[in-house]
Amino acid sequence: MHIISPVLWEFLIRWLTNFALFPPEASTVAPQTDALYLFLVFISVIGCGIVTLLVVGFSIMFRHDRNPEATQIEGSTLLEATWTLIPLVLFMVVFVWGAVLYFRIYNPPKNAMNIYVVGKQWMWKAEHPGGQHEINGLHIPTGRPIQLTMISQDVFHSFSIPAFRVKREVIPGRYTTVWFEATQPGTYHLFCTQYCGTKHSAMIGDIVVLKPEAYEAWIESSTSGTSLAQNGERIFAALGCNACHNGNPDSRGPSLANVYGSKLQLTNGSLITADDAFLRDTILNPSMHVTQGFAPIMPTYQGQVSEEGLIDLVEYIKGLHSNDRIQQTLNTTQVSPAQSGTTASKVPGTVNQ
Amino acid sequence: MSTIVRLPDQKVATLPKRTFLNSEYGLKSWLLTGDHKRIAILYLISITFFFFIGGAFAALIRLELLTPQPDLMASDTYNKMFTMHGIIMVFLFLVPSVPATIGNFVIPIMVGARDLAFPKINLLSWYLYIFAGCFTLSALVLGGVDSGWTFTTPLSTHYLNTHVVTAGLGVFIAGFSSIFTGLNFIVTIHRMRAPGMTWFRLPLFCWSHYAASILMVLGTPVLAISLVLVILERTIGIGVFDPAKGGDPILFQHLFWFYSHPAVYIMILPGMGVISEVISTFSRKRVFGYTAVAFSSVAIALFGFFVWAHHMLIMGISNYSALVFSLLTMLVAVPSAIKIFNWAATLYKGSITFETPMLYAFGFMGLFTIGGMTGVFLGSLGMDIQLTETYFIVAHFHFVMVGGMLMAFLAGVHFWWPKMTGRMYPEGLSKLAALVTFIGFILTFFPQFIVGYLGMPRRYHAYPPEFQVLNVLSTAGATVLGIGYLLPMLYLTWSLKYGAIAGENPWQATGLEWQIQSPPLTENFTVTPIVDYEAYDYEWLANKTKHEVTTVG
Amino acid sequence: MDSHATAIEPADVHESHEHPAYLRHHFETPEQQKEASAFGMWLFLLTEIMFFGGLFAAYLIYRNWYYPAFVAGSNTLKISLGTVNTGVLIGSSFTMAMGVWCAEMRKKSGLVLCLLLTMALGLVFLGVKYFEYKEKFELHHVPGADFSIEKFIHPDDPAKNPPLGPDMAAKTQVYFSLYFAMTGMHALHMIIGISILVFLVVRARQGAYINGYVQPIEYFGLYWHFVDIVWIFLFPLLYLINRHPGR
Repeated sequence: MHIISPVLWEFLIRWLTNFALFPPEASTVAPQTDALYLFLVFISVIGCGIVTLLVVGFSIMFRHDRNPEATQIEGSTLLEATWTLIPLVLFMVVFVWGAVLYFRIYNPPKNAMNIYVVGKQWMWKAEHPGGQHEINGLHIPTGRPIQLTMISQDVFHSFSIPAFRVKREVIPGRYTTVWFEATQPGTYHLFCTQYCGTKHSAMIGDIVVLKPEAYEAWIESSTSGTSLAQNGERIFAALGCNACHNGNPDSRGPSLANVYGSKLQLTNGSLITADDAFLRDTILNPSMHVTQGFAPIMPTYQGQVSEEGLIDLVEYIKGLHSNDRIQQTLNTTQVSPAQSGTTASKVPGTVNQ
Repeated sequence: MSTIVRLPDQKVATLPKRTFLNSEYGLKSWLLTGDHKRIAILYLISITFFFFIGGAFAALIRLELLTPQPDLMASDTYNKMFTMHGIIMVFLFLVPSVPATIGNFVIPIMVGARDLAFPKINLLSWYLYIFAGCFTLSALVLGGVDSGWTFTTPLSTHYLNTHVVTAGLGVFIAGFSSIFTGLNFIVTIHRMRAPGMTWFRLPLFCWSHYAASILMVLGTPVLAISLVLVILERTIGIGVFDPAKGGDPILFQHLFWFYSHPAVYIMILPGMGVISEVISTFSRKRVFGYTAVAFSSVAIALFGFFVWAHHMLIMGISNYSALVFSLLTMLVAVPSAIKIFNWAATLYKGSITFETPMLYAFGFMGLFTIGGMTGVFLGSLGMDIQLTETYFIVAHFHFVMVGGMLMAFLAGVHFWWPKMTGRMYPEGLSKLAALVTFIGFILTFFPQFIVGYLGMPRRYHAYPPEFQVLNVLSTAGATVLGIGYLLPMLYLTWSLKYGAIAGENPWQATGLEWQIQSPPLTENFTVTPIVDYEAYDYEWLANKTKHEVTTVG
Repeated sequence: MDSHATAIEPADVHESHEHPAYLRHHFETPEQQKEASAFGMWLFLLTEIMFFGGLFAAYLIYRNWYYPAFVAGSNTLKISLGTVNTGVLIGSSFTMAMGVWCAEMRKKSGLVLCLLLTMALGLVFLGVKYFEYKEKFELHHVPGADFSIEKFIHPDDPAKNPPLGPDMAAKTQVYFSLYFAMTGMHALHMIIGISILVFLVVRARQGAYINGYVQPIEYFGLYWHFVDIVWIFLFPLLYLINRHPGR
């Protein structure tokens, strides 16, 4: 945006948003997307303009009345090269610019605050780490990078906030993520943009961006009691995970303290990073993700825990830095894996068998 | 305004005594014909029928979208509307439009043959099309299908109780119709060219259809297997797309788009072939850069196979896949640009007249350029994040498919109408229709770019009120567009009885089809032509007509 | 690649030049017809490769992801039956090739016999397949509500078939889905082939293919060989996964 003066740029954007030709620019990445868009519009106008000029101009200059005899011209390699290379170069510029922007939007910064989103027919359920639950909307502060970790409970959906210029598919079976940093307080549209059945167009909501103080106030007033991690701790104990993952030297499962983000060597030889997707996958498909040095005896919890429950567990494990509390629960619950079915069903996030 | 049209003296002119139309009479002679020209007419009637059904759905969609509320019909019904509109327009109209009607009619004549290589397979192809149409109509009559034309899993496999299987079978059968048409074209162009008709003497129309046929033959079977797997999953529970059974719904996306992206080139390449012929004829000039245009067609076909995942850029494919597919998408845009510039250069120092086919061709050039450029918007990764799954995409593909392909189809129908029927259409009315179509089109679809960037998602039954103005503009345009499409139906039918007699070569065009009578004989040629001149050789034509006596009757 | 045709005169053309009765009149010469038909059949087979290709792509991906499940699933298939079927199909390709030779040598009874043998072998293949499918039903290996992963978690024979965790055992459904889809598609193509064989036998008995016009036999032969080759790929991919672990 150093090509045109910042004042002119500001004026252009204001004009476009006022006349509702552009959505409001409400995130840090929005001006970058708008810049690429305007560049693309610019070269399209030039390109279409050239074609229109040529067609109209030649039609007038060489109309039959004026030029009764056509001159046969085979071609011109120079012209072919020119109008091959110039579009190619322009398209490459667009490619690089777009690729950089894409990587920016889909690679979150390390300090992003994570919010989980579960999409289902036909609503969005958002879960803040502090335990606040929201339906069909989000309350977020300005000035902080926010990462959304999303999954669908049923079909493909797509989480779209046009004002932030972000969008990401929400699919069943694995997490997808997107991040943004809001810059302007206000209320903005949230849409589901992947056709998902009858009430696809009703799967919309509001993203409420608040100044940091207002956001804190909202956090205070809407706390539901338990945070995601606290609920995760409860599920961890109820499902009997503590029986094997308790940090004892002779335990049957690896210790989970500080496992999030670490590199793990698996029995199949691969070296992976233990991220959200890995944790979720291991809970559902343990025999494919056995840590080196351990036997493949972890049972699967497919069907016993919902997506929200999985989110709670993942959030819990993320914040696990020591096994002390797990050791305590070992003594108090005395649950063996075989009995876990009975207590588990009363904890939110687990599923009645 | 001068015209290049030269008709025989209407006071004494009559249609030729013996033509493919009157060589045999009776329904059986049409329904069991092997004549590529009759099959082309059968296709023309059938696809027009389905076009108007698909168009009716479009009208209902636009009517609903006049208001932000979902007030005209229930959500489920609306979802069925856009699904059926998509299925009918893509598979039953656009894919067969130019190849099966104009291509079938004209390609054997253009290469100098008496028929396509496999006339019976050609007829089979039409019957498969009709079966496909029947399956689709029965899905409609039984209550409709609301999976979207893209049959996205797991929605289509596990979350719908509409007639997905019936519609899927209809599309599956239509696919085979397409494969057989493509197969026929490839073998004909390879093996049945007349003596002297080398590859580089072929009209560019043949090159385009050759490239499109390669896509038809190689790509369509993958659509077939994708639909078979969806049908199996819905009926007997075999699930390779079901996450609960370990399957992956993204696999369906890859398989589906592996065909459906080349499909869009199957749709546009034949139209581009028409444009080459029309621009050449109405500038009285050989197409500028013949070789470049010919190879561009093949390049589009080749590159078209490697870009499918640009329909999946935000679905969670790896960042590196996204890079590769975006890069290849940029590359596939270049040959199309080359063609547009070559056509524009053909006009230079030409002798240009503005008959209806030329007006449609100009419309094509403008609208396809816009549509194509917006494709570059979408291929650019970061831009795609904002634009994908919104009305920007809807506008993009309607610009290339309707503003591009449909205009090319109408150009072709008008251009070869005198050859197919022996009669001219009324020029004044047709020019009006072309203008109305052009204006209606822009009014309908340009606002959709804007509302798309604003974020209005596609396939939405209801929308936030601030999008209403743009939607109203779009619906108003659709009304105008509808008139533009209705007019040709009316005057072309009128011309069958009352149109002026066209004679052999009303456009004074080059090409073997213009050297035979209109309508042609069943066997096309009385003598096998021997070709010793290049394509678009207007000097040869001038020489020939100088020494020619026009015969009538 | 041009055809070297001479110009023909209009009107009373039919009696004046000799051409075989089977020459279709849109072709200039029998050679052109033969070349065009061959090209057409090969092109059609190419489309069939693309059709099966989708299934092979799915197989490739899922075998990569769920190898132990694929091993376990594959081990439930009987190699003996699969080998018999492979032999039967190769045999039928041989009889088909002999049929083409008989047609070229103008031996009507030989041709009919070879076509009937090909058909019989094809039916044997389908019969064996029927038994295999029946067994799969009985063992609850058909994906759907009736599918059972019991025997994969607690196999009868743990030394030969290591037990799978329940999550990996659940993935055997993908293996069986692909098994049924791929062999089912293959069987469908066999059924179509056998139906065409019926038609060819009837026509051969009427003397249709022994007067120089062997194209239908030859090109059907191509189709039959193609269906055979698909099985040659399916057999090791589906039946022979890790049959000798540790070797």
